[in-house]
Amino acid sequence: METYETYADLVAAEDVLLFVNAAITSTGQREFRSTADEQRMSLDFLHEYVRVNYRELYAATLALDINDHNAVEIIRRLLVSARETDEKQRRVEGRLIGARLAVLPPQRVYRLFGQLRRARVNNRRTRAIMRDWLAGRRDHGFDAVKYRSGFKTAVRHGHLPVTDELGDFLFAPRRRGHYEHELLDTYRRARYTHSALYELPFTVAEGFAAQHGIPRAVFLDRIEPRMTRYERLRNQESARAHRTEVEVDLAAMPLTRLASYVLSLDLSVRSERRAELTGALRAAARRVAGPYAGTWGRVAAVLDDSFSASGSAQKRRRPLAVALACHFLLAELADTYVPLWTSGRGDALLTYPYGPTPIGLRILDALDHSPARLVIVSDGWDNAPPGLAGEVLRVWRTRLDPSRRTSVVHLNPVYDAAGYDVRRLAPSVPTSGVRDAEDLPALVELAQFAEGRTGLAELRAYLDDRVKLFTGTEGTTA
Amino acid sequence: MTQLDLTGLTAEPAQVWGGIRLVPLVRETPITDLRLRRDLFTDAWMAVEPGDGSYYASYIPHGFVADWARDGKWQAAYGTQLCDEYDQPDDTPVHAIPMRRLVQRAGSRRLRFLPLHLALEGYLALHFGGPSVLWEEWAKRAVSRGLSPRAEMAYVGASVEGLDEALRIFEIHPGQCGVMVYTADALAAAFVVPHPDDYRALHSSLLQDLYGELVYQHAYYSPPVREFTAVIEDARVSDLAGLRSAALGQLDAWAEDHDRHLAGGLLDESYEITQLRRMGAAGRYRLSRFLPPFALHREQHIGETITDLKGRVAYLKSMRLSENQVRRGHLLSQLARYDWNLEDTAAALGSSPVELVRRIRSAGFDGLLKRHVVEAAQRGRWDGRPSSRQGG
Repeated sequence: METYETYADLVAAEDVLLFVNAAITSTGQREFRSTADEQRMSLDFLHEYVRVNYRELYAATLALDINDHNAVEIIRRLLVSARETDEKQRRVEGRLIGARLAVLPPQRVYRLFGQLRRARVNNRRTRAIMRDWLAGRRDHGFDAVKYRSGFKTAVRHGHLPVTDELGDFLFAPRRRGHYEHELLDTYRRARYTHSALYELPFTVAEGFAAQHGIPRAVFLDRIEPRMTRYERLRNQESARAHRTEVEVDLAAMPLTRLASYVLSLDLSVRSERRAELTGALRAAARRVAGPYAGTWGRVAAVLDDSFSASGSAQKRRRPLAVALACHFLLAELADTYVPLWTSGRGDALLTYPYGPTPIGLRILDALDHSPARLVIVSDGWDNAPPGLAGEVLRVWRTRLDPSRRTSVVHLNPVYDAAGYDVRRLAPSVPTSGVRDAEDLPALVELAQFAEGRTGLAELRAYLDDRVKLFTGTEGTTA
Repeated sequence: MTQLDLTGLTAEPAQVWGGIRLVPLVRETPITDLRLRRDLFTDAWMAVEPGDGSYYASYIPHGFVADWARDGKWQAAYGTQLCDEYDQPDDTPVHAIPMRRLVQRAGSRRLRFLPLHLALEGYLALHFGGPSVLWEEWAKRAVSRGLSPRAEMAYVGASVEGLDEALRIFEIHPGQCGVMVYTADALAAAFVVPHPDDYRALHSSLLQDLYGELVYQHAYYSPPVREFTAVIEDARVSDLAGLRSAALGQLDAWAEDHDRHLAGGLLDESYEITQLRRMGAAGRYRLSRFLPPFALHREQHIGETITDLKGRVAYLKSMRLSENQVRRGHLLSQLARYDWNLEDTAAALGSSPVELVRRIRSAGFDGLLKRHVVEAAQRGRWDGRPSSRQGG
């Protein structure tokens, strides 16, 4: 009886881990080797399977560093199927959902509310969740302007009380000739006056600018103070093309986004701005490493810059961006650090996706340096020759390093739709999905479960800790 | 009869997608004095005037231009054009463009040709002239007009199941100068170019090439083929250097296995090579087509190649023939071998003249025979009169 339970536990632990990997990596968008439909269908199945079989664990994954797309998906499914569970579990889920909504970007939350409306989910609990979240928003007027249709849907669907003025703004915009709320009035005026639109949020102003036929250069120049920091980063090249400038503090950007930006630049531009870009990447990495800087000892990294790291039209060079970000982060975490790119090139800043994936040979090169930790960042398609990486790692573990002097971990930024998991290099090597390099320390911790030797009890304990940390800290601030 | 010489090209590990296996061929020292580039035809409908008032119309997705330099050094060539009509891009001709020949000099140091066309021409025009000796049973038409026109069916690469995806996700090796395409582990086509840059530019042209019926069916019905994964015997490994040499040994073993087992059908066969043109400095390169011996129940490829003085392949493009096509080629070459004498040919093939007439009929060549011979053979009677030879 006991062995049976242990076996079931192992299966459960494995199921949940592969779901976590999927929830970290997949966004239902096209990948290098699978279409958007394949990704969505595969992900849909996993969500349904884990929700039905391990509902508590499914809800608990909200506390992990899963991506926003899957967080929204989990919340939606939990709310849609709320009656399948008991009161106690519902309360736990409510806390988790509340905590997660608080950290999600507002546009995603508004989109979720729209999905709930389409799914005709409108029970007391859902309305309460919407009310609580909206109560936490700083300025309803701002939301009504920036996320107009989303806000309107939420108010209408959740029967949420708003001020008369806001109600008129949303549902009867022609009734008033003037609004007391400054931003609402600016929005009204922007329809007629050019100068008013520069006081609106960037995305809203962009629409008005097109309507008024304002040249892009003039618009970017004057709207600059109103841009958020991501908008600044996104519009760098657009501004350059129009011979104007949008100021941005690159060093303050999150590491992976910054890496994506760097990879979007031409090689010549990258080498021209080498000092600036490298400095920004290093600063971002140092911020992430924080107190852990220099504590990881000898680290070797095998980083995949093969052609498949180019991602897809939707996730442009995403796998390579993750690898580049990991490169800079590991350089900060490590005492001595050896980076090995699969193509054999040495200049990380000038990397681009090219060539096959001889990852087995690179792992051998890395082991030559006898590192304390070996980190592999790759999509797991080892093809020159296929399966060599797995063999090298297996023989290394069984014959040459049975005492585990070197710990090996494989981080995979790509969800393999056909395999319902991220692709593994070898069964003996813990593999974890990775979306942002910033999560690397947490993922290395999580990956130990993926070695298949830890059971459900440990995993449950780990998740409980994360849930407590997540809901506890968020609960006090909200 | 000679074999193809792929010296200097090494097979790297294959990349598999579904039923398609692509084996990259890497050249250690690229050929720099002969370059190949794709020539996109603005209008793919083409017509050739052979000169007797008739037109030969075809759909040509792309052509190749071979460039060479007199002093043995390749110089950047620009403005490669086929004919003056292409000078203004907006003046795209809607009508068919008349061209004299399918291989044509395009400038003093350039040669334009259509991929696989030489090979196909060679196959289609196999014993084109018909019987050289007028035996009684051959129709007048056969003697005066020969086999023309013959038709063969082929599939464009885009319609071969999974080939587009396999080519899209294929990771091109540094220094790669060629590829071997396998569908269901049968060699479908081999493609070799002189220089890695040419290969990068022409990689996607494989999708516009033509493939035999067999390839289409193999790709359509094949289950995913297995990857040949590396295996290291751990009992023999005692240190890191040993592990490395075992890993490198896997690479060498694969290259050898590939050439021997997978590509054997193409590389071990002897071909009849017809030289069509010399080019390059001092005629260093030869453009030729090759035909297989048309052995039945064996993998047979036709193709075209550019070889250097030592016979090493600089350019190669091959196409696998289907079983039916091999049978037709076999029949024609056997007939030609015995001077188109049906009885002698039948004896050599180990069957009766009646059976041979049936085979000619099923191969689609019955128009060459007199009607009463065919009809008699259908009733099981032999109606040829071998003794009444009337000269040829």
